[in-house]
Amino acid sequence: MTEDNRLTTTRRQALLLMGAAGVTTLVPSLSGLGAAHAQEAPKGQIVLGFSQEPTVFNPHLPHIEVDEGIHYAIFDPLFDVAPDGSFFPLLATEVPTVENGGISADGLNWKITLRDDVKWHDGTPFTAEDVKFTLELLLDPDFRSWRKTGHEHVRNLTVVSPTEITWTMDKPFAPYAAILASTFIVPKHAFEGVADKNEAPFNNAPIGTGAFKWKERVAGDHIELEANADYFGDGPYLERLVVKYIPDLTVLYTQFKTGDIDVVGLQWITPDHYEEARTLADRVVEVVGTATFESLTFNMQRPQFQDLKVRQALYHALDKQAIIDALYYGVPTPTETYMPKESFYFNADLPKHEYDPEKAKALLDEAGWVPGDDGIRVKDGVRLAFTNSTTAGNHLREQAQQFFQQSFKDIGVEMTISNLPPAVMWGDYWMLSQFDSVVVGLNTLTGPDPDTSDFFLSTSSPATGGSGQNTWVYNNPEVDALLKQGGELVAPEERRPVYLKIQEIMRADLPFLPIFQYATIPGWKVGVEGKTPNINNRIDTWNVRSWRWV
Amino acid sequence: MLRYLLLRFWQSIVLLFLVSLIGFMVLNLAPGGPLSQYALTPGMTKEALDRIAEQMGLNRPLPIQYLDWFWNLLQGDWGKSYRDGRPVLEIIGGHLFATLLLMGSSTLVAVLIGTWIGIHSAVRQGSVFDYVTTVGAMVALSIPTFWFGLIAIFVFSLWLGWLPAGNMYTVGDGSAADYAVHLIMPSLVLALVNVATWSRYMRSATLDVMSQDFVRTARAKGLTPRRVLMKHIVGNALVPMITLAGLQLPTLLGGALVTETVFTWPGMGRLFLDSLGYNDYPVVMGLLMFSAVLVLIGNLAADLLVALVDPRIRLE
Repeated sequence: MTEDNRLTTTRRQALLLMGAAGVTTLVPSLSGLGAAHAQEAPKGQIVLGFSQEPTVFNPHLPHIEVDEGIHYAIFDPLFDVAPDGSFFPLLATEVPTVENGGISADGLNWKITLRDDVKWHDGTPFTAEDVKFTLELLLDPDFRSWRKTGHEHVRNLTVVSPTEITWTMDKPFAPYAAILASTFIVPKHAFEGVADKNEAPFNNAPIGTGAFKWKERVAGDHIELEANADYFGDGPYLERLVVKYIPDLTVLYTQFKTGDIDVVGLQWITPDHYEEARTLADRVVEVVGTATFESLTFNMQRPQFQDLKVRQALYHALDKQAIIDALYYGVPTPTETYMPKESFYFNADLPKHEYDPEKAKALLDEAGWVPGDDGIRVKDGVRLAFTNSTTAGNHLREQAQQFFQQSFKDIGVEMTISNLPPAVMWGDYWMLSQFDSVVVGLNTLTGPDPDTSDFFLSTSSPATGGSGQNTWVYNNPEVDALLKQGGELVAPEERRPVYLKIQEIMRADLPFLPIFQYATIPGWKVGVEGKTPNINNRIDTWNVRSWRWV
Repeated sequence: MLRYLLLRFWQSIVLLFLVSLIGFMVLNLAPGGPLSQYALTPGMTKEALDRIAEQMGLNRPLPIQYLDWFWNLLQGDWGKSYRDGRPVLEIIGGHLFATLLLMGSSTLVAVLIGTWIGIHSAVRQGSVFDYVTTVGAMVALSIPTFWFGLIAIFVFSLWLGWLPAGNMYTVGDGSAADYAVHLIMPSLVLALVNVATWSRYMRSATLDVMSQDFVRTARAKGLTPRRVLMKHIVGNALVPMITLAGLQLPTLLGGALVTETVFTWPGMGRLFLDSLGYNDYPVVMGLLMFSAVLVLIGNLAADLLVALVDPRIRLE
């Protein structure tokens, strides 16, 4: 977290400066800033607008991203991830690494040392028992656990002392650090004597260690959180955080204009309002990349898509920039990969996409796809025709589809649009790969970790009996081997080449045609400070502890 | 009278049962389910979804799920939301006040103004007033509330800065005056359409009564026009309005979906839309039963009231 680092460094510098006698002019201002954390009382409130309503407050029950907006304010993980992808400690005194002995060289033994000055919002001291309880809760067969990935490899959880916990892994699993970074620790005592943990009172009146305490929820309207004066870390700087639910994006933007909300959060300002929003007085508006990428995704089982040249030809026929400019107001960034450009693991050297319909036709001719009587190419009795599906009612995508349809028709390929309502589209139709091709926005990463095993491993296709979400039914032994290798390496520098290679192979294989990396447009009033974007988190409030008015 | 009430009661029970059965079937037979919203979450797998569905009891045969729900309902347990796990009745109760406040105030405005306009345009049939209000009502009925609401926000909040752009109250304030200021725009926007409806109904009801024999008799007796109007015409013209009011009761508590969305008003309309969007079946079913009960009560109350004020009608 850059904000924190800056502050602590400044404080340290300030102390050094104060120690050095004779420095007079710099000291007052610097020490004032440095002491902010210790002395500055929380003041004011921020009203944060979301276009969806947070309703799930136990971070380990099934939830959607907007719910995490509240989780980050109320709870803390052991350590979290900064915008640059590095970890910073929260409940742990330091981030476990091989160097500091927190993780054994083989990645199997973990040891975490915890802070001894943390209290739950109800005053109960936080201890290693809470960490143990949380990790066990995630695997509790009677609990509707949101995610077991990673946690299922944990064995022998041992509370060594109130400030130390150890465990072993049944296999090395590098993404586990990233998973822990989004695993909020919940209090053991809140579940004591509760028969059904799915219905614990805690779930609607959460108790955390975070910078803000639960105050009140007015269902359908807002949630009010108040400053945790005993917060162990930097912040909070606000007396109150109000998370306001505004269900319509036009209204969300209007209330930002009128000043009713101070910060526009989740689902943000729509691209069509971007130009106007930039000109608003006393408002800051930014375009921020996200980890979701838009693609035209193929079902690799279909005979039409077996030939690499077909996929290459379709890619050449796509005018990406035209779609981005005409439909998305130029806000998203064209991309060649699933990895966000902000990531440490992003491969910037992938071949650039060329829009060239002539080249597309040449490739198809070369591969032996000959136009039939109706102008659609055929080879060995297979017509180069397929359906394309996405969520019905997503107007931008539907327009993009029509654009694809026309572009493909020009090179002798027939694409039929067949859209479905969301509940059908993303049910078995998607999971069991019953489609020919789909336009979809996906985030295939494991939080900030570059691991994409659930999506690209050949054994992750439900259509072929696998477990995961490899709905392309993509199968490349080399990628399988690399994913396995990357998952077992611990040091980021060692892992990086592996993931660069995976992106290179997938760019060559084209199981999906990458179109663009999504961007969002958050906005806030001038005077709100600390609203730093973080590609590694799904939600605006990842560092809400540092938000303040200046 | 008692027999009539008993008959209506049993009819209502059968009707409610049918509503619940059909509602449940339609909801559950529609593709997708409460878990489909999680499908595109990073790291979500089919196994995890299947496991959660199993734990939530979503994999049980539909008749069993229905009977389970129905049996609990008979015991007064309306179930719990799939989203936040709170009891359905508590959730409905939590949204009731907002809706009552908005719908109550707007209906009050609409009925008063609408009735007044209706009477006046009937009495002066063919006058400029009648013409203007008739066209006005048509326009008001044709304007989409969504658009009108946004225009009102643009003019009164953004441009003039007189009124808040939405919300029921300012967080941290919440005084009566604060509520009142927030109430003005949404209730007037909503009242606009209702004024149009009420004035049209009242106008034709008044015209109906005016052509009756007893009105001519009253005039022939030499009563002043004002007396004829107040005592003989308006009183009788209001009787069909009672039925209309009875029919409006469910919408009164059902909330105004569009207005609530534009003005971020946390009422029942939005609760219904959100619950439907998330396939939160227990809440949707709860709202369905709740409004079905209201429809029945509204109708019954209207029938009883009409019989009470109009001695010509006898309920058997």
